[in-house]
Amino acid sequence: MNTRQQSKIIYSWYGKPMSSDRKLRTLQYKGIIIKSEKSRTETCIQLGEFILVEGENADQPFVAQLLDLYEDGAQEKHAVVQWFCHATEIPRNKQKLLKREISPQEVFFDQVSGYDTDIAVETIIKSVTVIPLRLGEELPVTLNKQQTFYVKQSWDGKCFKALSPDTFSKLKEATKKGGGIPNSSNSLTPLDIVSPLKKETEGVVQSVTKQKNVDLEIESKHSASKSSLAKERHSQRMANGIKTPTARKKLQLNSPTRSLKGRLLGSDVLELFDYDCGAVAPLEPSPTKRKVKFSGILGSPPKMPCTKPKATSFDTAEHRQRLSDTIRLSPYSKVDDSSEKAKNLSRKDNTVFSVRLRERQRQSLVLAPHSRRLCAQKTSARIAEQVSILNALELDQEEDFLALSDSSYSLSSNEVENDVVCTPEKKAKSSRTFSTPKSSRKSSVHTPSKTPKKTPSPGKPKTPQNATPEIPRRNHAAQKPASILEEARLRLHVSAVPESLPCREEEFQDIYNFVESKLIDGTGGCMYISGVPGTGKTATVHEVIRSLQQAAENDDLPSFQFIEINGMKLTDPHQAYVQILELDLLWTRKQNVMYNLFDWPTQKHSKLIILAIANTMDLPERIMMNRVASRLGLTRMSFQPYTYKQLQQIISSRLNSVKAFEEDAIQLVSRKVAALSGDARRCLDICRRATEICEFASRKRTSEIVKMAHVTEAIDEMFSSPYVNAIRNASLHEQIFLKAVLAEFRRAGVEEATVQQIYLQHVALCRIEGMQSPTVSEIMAICSRLGACRLLLVESSDKYLHMRVRLNISQDDVTYALKDE
Amino acid sequence: MKTSAMSKRKSKESGGANGECISQTFRNKVSELNLQRNCKLETFSCLKVQKLLRERFCHHYATGKLFGMDHQYRHLLELLKRTIVHGESNSALIIGPRGSGKTALLKHVLKEVKEMKQVRENFLEVHLNGLLQTNDKTALKEITRQLHLENVVGDKVFGSFAENLAFLLEALRKGDRTSSCPVLFILDEFDLFVHHKNQTLLYNLFDISQSAQTPVTVIGLTCRQDILELLEKRVKSRFSHRQIYLLNSFDFKQYIRIFKEKLSLPAKYPDEAFAQKWNNNIQHLSEDKTVQDTLQKLFHYSKDLRSLHLLLMLALSNVTVHHPLITASDLHEASKQYRMDSRANIVHEFQKFVQRKAHCMYNFEKPVVMKAFEHLLQLELVKPIERPSVRTQREYLLMKLLLDNNQIMDALQVYPNCPTDIKQWAASSLSWL
Repeated sequence: MNTRQQSKIIYSWYGKPMSSDRKLRTLQYKGIIIKSEKSRTETCIQLGEFILVEGENADQPFVAQLLDLYEDGAQEKHAVVQWFCHATEIPRNKQKLLKREISPQEVFFDQVSGYDTDIAVETIIKSVTVIPLRLGEELPVTLNKQQTFYVKQSWDGKCFKALSPDTFSKLKEATKKGGGIPNSSNSLTPLDIVSPLKKETEGVVQSVTKQKNVDLEIESKHSASKSSLAKERHSQRMANGIKTPTARKKLQLNSPTRSLKGRLLGSDVLELFDYDCGAVAPLEPSPTKRKVKFSGILGSPPKMPCTKPKATSFDTAEHRQRLSDTIRLSPYSKVDDSSEKAKNLSRKDNTVFSVRLRERQRQSLVLAPHSRRLCAQKTSARIAEQVSILNALELDQEEDFLALSDSSYSLSSNEVENDVVCTPEKKAKSSRTFSTPKSSRKSSVHTPSKTPKKTPSPGKPKTPQNATPEIPRRNHAAQKPASILEEARLRLHVSAVPESLPCREEEFQDIYNFVESKLIDGTGGCMYISGVPGTGKTATVHEVIRSLQQAAENDDLPSFQFIEINGMKLTDPHQAYVQILELDLLWTRKQNVMYNLFDWPTQKHSKLIILAIANTMDLPERIMMNRVASRLGLTRMSFQPYTYKQLQQIISSRLNSVKAFEEDAIQLVSRKVAALSGDARRCLDICRRATEICEFASRKRTSEIVKMAHVTEAIDEMFSSPYVNAIRNASLHEQIFLKAVLAEFRRAGVEEATVQQIYLQHVALCRIEGMQSPTVSEIMAICSRLGACRLLLVESSDKYLHMRVRLNISQDDVTYALKDE
Repeated sequence: MKTSAMSKRKSKESGGANGECISQTFRNKVSELNLQRNCKLETFSCLKVQKLLRERFCHHYATGKLFGMDHQYRHLLELLKRTIVHGESNSALIIGPRGSGKTALLKHVLKEVKEMKQVRENFLEVHLNGLLQTNDKTALKEITRQLHLENVVGDKVFGSFAENLAFLLEALRKGDRTSSCPVLFILDEFDLFVHHKNQTLLYNLFDISQSAQTPVTVIGLTCRQDILELLEKRVKSRFSHRQIYLLNSFDFKQYIRIFKEKLSLPAKYPDEAFAQKWNNNIQHLSEDKTVQDTLQKLFHYSKDLRSLHLLLMLALSNVTVHHPLITASDLHEASKQYRMDSRANIVHEFQKFVQRKAHCMYNFEKPVVMKAFEHLLQLELVKPIERPSVRTQREYLLMKLLLDNNQIMDALQVYPNCPTDIKQWAASSLSWL
């Protein structure tokens, strides 16, 4: 097998750190040097190279491509890899899909979600060559049988696919260069799926390791991360029903001869031990994990094999004992019960728990290692059998996971917490996918690295999301702005994203600090932002998020996920589950949506940060129930309407250097808008309109700068009351009718009259004017016309002459409009 | 039986006169044919004129000229051009009373825009009508249909409203200013969209128009002057406040010109001589005093061009072969017809009603009176004050008269042989009312 058994191997970084993430306290490297003490060889593996990774089966180490190398805060060396899988890792029934013979040297580009791509560097054995081949190509005959693999297709857990040209070329490149492409991790397309999440993965690992720091078991750290990998892969493997020949290796491992001979590193012992357990029963990861945790807590002396260089079989036994101790301590009494039961009944029946049985027996100091081993050999064979039966059921991989045992489930539930703690953002369901929320349990079964995005949820409803709706492209290219005015108009459009948000620096800073502190602390929180429309609430929040994302990219901040929910863009509040826009529309009778949302950050481990935006300042008090309001917390911020100076600054900053406006013109707009609403949108709209007017007016002449006159015209256009104009342009009888309405109001002293009364007045007025009075039908028509314009408020017309009429505008306005005639 | 006997007799008579009349009949027939041909020609041209003008009055093709809205026309045209050519998003409202030519304006502008070279086939139109799309769900479905996006969804039936909205927003979000095809949303009866729940559709449309997504222009047509007050504050803030007012702001001189324009035959008219004659006649008409009076009355009554159309339509229907040109009296008649009080011509019914009032004198039988009364109810000349409950007997229902005294008086005067006591009753009892 490999060299690891014989000698101590030293892993060290190659070169200086490429980049660092201060917040995560990780350092990235471009290569690693593996120094073997015995053979005194030194190999350097760089990013992009293909490597062999230790698996539970020493005969067949995993093949992977090295994507990233980094050292975390605890000086643990990690590597991020892209897995390749052997044919034997693929379920036999699926292998049939290929319809061809699979060479043992053929590997598949692994796209199965759920594998931990983060491994400890100590598991790296050596570098190998992986050559991508076209589908039809024959495997070339090579001398170096061990060192070369071929990849033709990808495997995503369900079916085989030909390598995408992109992947192919990238792989080819990597093969040619023999690695050493520092940016290959970015260039490899399928890995892009992984890379954005990488940081989060780091976070997870970090937190896991932290937990283990308590245990003072240095070795367990990396072994744990590896064991999680091992168990993952292994359980999957088991689920897939591959008869792994691990038993053999285990035997070797457990044999006293080997353990006497082998000067194992403690870590190796643990590692192999883990493998051991994992190999025999897929349930074992949980006890091993437990062990790590509980031993520390209980304060049981960590019998560190590494501190005793001469590892003996006794050592191993002691180790096992401790393990079994911890098993007993573990809360899964159910498992223990059943294992006990199994022991009582027959060992052979319950192969799944046979490991425990064995360990129990060892604990009870029935020291007959050989016979036990034999027994274990038997059990392992049986496991293979049972698993193949399971496989025959053709259960989904995930279901297999769940079906396997309670212990794996409870483990997963244990992990859920971890996940939630570490990456709450991921759990938050995007409002855009209207699929049923993936059960957290399911996603947590896998390590959080890939799963949330890639897990195919079987019950996904027909979402049009996978169809890509798109507005057709335009036939002609959009014209570029030709003149200064057009340029200015473009800049003044509300949709144009300004480089900075003037006049909102304070608010920006406040929100930024709020979110940043929460992000750094890893806590959750709520902030309520209110303000009248057009005061830059959404823009500021978006700006904050943008700069935070920038910071996260530069590794100044822990990475986070941003989800925007706009109440107006939802039809049903229940579809909204992090940033809420237009909060007041999320109001439902029981307010459970908001309750859940705002309750979330108050949960202990959640890292959810909510920025709620609404127009109403006292929304929490007014419509929210107490329990909702109290959860919203006290962080409030209200955006004041812009003052004219601020508006002026906004326009100037938008225009930047484009000279299209007179200073006075800008000031006029700003003052006018500030006096009315302080709505920046309105301000920009007026300016834009002014440029149009200016352009229109100056078509003949050359002057191309927006002057006061243009702005005034635009303002008039937008703010002038339409009523006066409408009345002035109404027909004569319509005007007389309005006069009649006024007269009738004055006569009756009530601001409401029936058409019959007004008709009499109308006839009288007509007589004064010396005009022919209209008929009743005409009057009715006039009345309904004015009603349609909403100059009048009119009752439904089935009452004919008795229909009541009211003015929709003030009497003064009407008199004013009529007087000028 | 009777008819067959008659025909027999006829055939006998004709049989008898057969020999003598044969040459006479032939001559007659020839002259008749000549006449008919002339007639046919005239009828043809007359019908043609009628057809042409009727189409002008009834259909709102974007063929006729627009009056008094040059400014608005240019404004809207520029607006659309900017969206289509530059990809600038906008939103605008066309506001004006009924019949002020909002739709006509839009159609004219669209027609011109489509004729432009750089525009052709370069934008998508979505027409929505508040009367048809009564809620956001149906509106969204209609938008999806009109944008031809349903084929993207394939055979999948659209699920919920939410999915629909998300789908559409996704579609519009994908685009950007320079590369996507501009979309023109035309919302007829805009005021009805305002009443949709939360104004979700409007919010989203305006939001798209204010963000860097697919360029859209939202144009709403409404007759309500208070439309802006109906918009929710956040919707209002996103609206870019372009308002195009159409107010029929022409005076009477222009009105006369419109009248002339509307009746004139186009220069391309095939029968040039006839067209000349017709147009000259129209010119004379427009200078005629009575015609001007008639038009003035209508103008005072309503500036709505549709009422003018209606009047001209009535006059036009008098045009026949023998009466090939519209005269002043035609117009006058038409206006009379047009201005007729709908309720005044139901005199005899009213008379019966009055007879009931004079119940005691004439002592009609009860069923007769009840029948007359029911008739009045059906014509809605009287109306129960409250809803007829089962309890009260019909004889004792409180009723409301839906007529004005003047109407009654007018009606009685027109009524030729009105019984004198009814006249007396009217004179005495209506005078104090």
